[in-house]
Amino acid sequence: MAGFKITVERRLLPSRRLEIAAPVFSILVALVISAVPISLGGVNPIEGYYELLYGALGNKLSLTETFAMFSPLLLCGVAVALAFTCKFWNIGAEGQLYCGGLVAAFFAVNAGGLPAPVAIPLMLVAGFLGGGAWAAIPAVLKVRLKVDEVVTTLLGNWVMYYLVSAILFGPWRNPKTGWPESPIIAESTFYPILVPGSRFHLGIVVSLLIAVAFYIILKKTKWGFELLAIGGNPASSQAMGISVAKQIILAAIVSGGIAGLAGVGQVAGIHYHMKTDLSPGFGYTGVVIAMVGGLNPIGVVLASFLMAVVVQGTQAMHRATGVPWALAEVIQGIILLCLLVGIFFTKYRVRMVKA
Amino acid sequence: MTSPTELVMITSILAMAFRMAAPLIYGTIGEAFAEKAGVLNLGIEGMMLMGASAGFLVGYGTGDLWLGVGAAAVVGIMLGLVMAFFTVTLGAQQHVAGLGMTIACTGLSFYIYRISIVDVGGIPPHVKPFGTIPIPYLSEIPVLGDAIFNQHALIYIGIILIPLAAFILSKTKLGLSIRAVGENPSAADTAGINVFRIRYLCLAIAGGLSAIGGAWLSLSQSGMFLPGLTQGRGWVCIALVVFCNWSPLRILGGALLFGGIDALQLTMQGIGWRVPYQLFLMMPYVLTIIALVAVARRARAPAALLSSYKRED
Repeated sequence: MAGFKITVERRLLPSRRLEIAAPVFSILVALVISAVPISLGGVNPIEGYYELLYGALGNKLSLTETFAMFSPLLLCGVAVALAFTCKFWNIGAEGQLYCGGLVAAFFAVNAGGLPAPVAIPLMLVAGFLGGGAWAAIPAVLKVRLKVDEVVTTLLGNWVMYYLVSAILFGPWRNPKTGWPESPIIAESTFYPILVPGSRFHLGIVVSLLIAVAFYIILKKTKWGFELLAIGGNPASSQAMGISVAKQIILAAIVSGGIAGLAGVGQVAGIHYHMKTDLSPGFGYTGVVIAMVGGLNPIGVVLASFLMAVVVQGTQAMHRATGVPWALAEVIQGIILLCLLVGIFFTKYRVRMVKA
Repeated sequence: MTSPTELVMITSILAMAFRMAAPLIYGTIGEAFAEKAGVLNLGIEGMMLMGASAGFLVGYGTGDLWLGVGAAAVVGIMLGLVMAFFTVTLGAQQHVAGLGMTIACTGLSFYIYRISIVDVGGIPPHVKPFGTIPIPYLSEIPVLGDAIFNQHALIYIGIILIPLAAFILSKTKLGLSIRAVGENPSAADTAGINVFRIRYLCLAIAGGLSAIGGAWLSLSQSGMFLPGLTQGRGWVCIALVVFCNWSPLRILGGALLFGGIDALQLTMQGIGWRVPYQLFLMMPYVLTIIALVAVARRARAPAALLSSYKRED
């Protein structure tokens, strides 16, 4: 390459087209790269991806299962995207999900006397408040004491996980089975099943409504404008008269609350009790989704669906071909890392020039 | 008066505390290097798992455990360089890149293990783990001797690494460069320090050491690999760096405290006490958050932590 050198210069205005093309292209590259571990696992990647797509979307049952997976992922994706919008780096959606599920389950177990139209909204409020309260702690620590929220939200996940575990192995342990599970929640708090014979439950509608609300907040409300302003430049937002500290705490509470709703959905739509393995890492996947979706509501919906297809489809690929199920995480991680390369190219122009 | 059985128990808990501390010592020294240079390595949990997996596979395949440790170190160094590519060369957000590394590596560690090992009859394959090496004379000291001076080789090495790391970071030219890069990269750059090279180096150290910490779990502690073998120990290392206020010399005490809590919990479960052991497992995280709050106003976090560096030329 003598006589050439690579120059990197910042793009003055990242183009809209590039911002949409980058994630799409990154995902395609990630799928090509993921073909390497798939073939190392002794499976023809084309057959593997066919099984993945068919297993996630091929028939009515698999499609409803993909939507059941889509719901918690979308809520966690919106939760993280909302917090990241104002640069509150919430990587604690996992803990907030557990806290929301715990509080909601506590309410729902004891809600026997209430009719469903009363009990379900109250359960949603309980879950929202649970997740929001858990997120409020790192937010207050950040604005009052300047304690970095990346570390506190991350460590908070483990505190909450062990707290839930202690409760479920202790006072709440199922006396009949001995399993670390809460009692079954009251039947009136079960999310109605919307597609008979499947697990397509009310929570899927709840998550889509939350995504719409996120869109309206960002595009149409003063609060959304303020969050975007804080994310753009906290100092000048303060100068514009925005109370940055207050808005960050509020955003953290709403973010944690939405993650809490994901916990509610798993309790009331899937398991009907609180359990220690309520989430296989939805909160962390939420970070991947928020980034792949570019913190944009529509992008987050699409990215959540993609991740649901990957998770659900990989399980099908595992059953059909025997390729280890850990592949789902491998693909997710590779998608996120490829996206980071894509983001780089939207920000910088890389050229080879004659020296 | 302490009875002989109680003394035996104290020795056993203390010895266990050292063993639980070992992976934390390696991971935390590595993380301290990365953070001193201004990079938060949230990939550490995944790198530990990859070290555990690679170390086990090579140790199992060749029958030479030290070759396994070496392989873990090489894999860890490569992963550290990948993390550096994202955070230093591309300037990606550190916590996002780190999380991506951890997600990919968590999956990959089990995936590679699974496709390399042919399952025989349901029993996971295992190696005969590293044994203990008694140090002559010192290991005969009552109570303490058997706990401290009859340990695994990797523990001795880890303990020696602590003052070495402290010396490198505080007394050498390299250490000065690392700290300068972590505090004020553009000033360091002006002073002729290659910011990019220092961050690459520190992340390679971080990756290599955390992977050895992972290999400890599979080769020294259990003799086998399981998915999620680290059980969040990588995050405990992140906590420990903060808990030790970014001072390497405090790592031994901090790791022994966190390891000791774990040892106590395991011992109490072992003798059949019904304790909510989860409250013990929670302690490292709670203590770290409390420490963060307590020292909030005078915490010594590197000033440029979490910020990428781009030369504007």
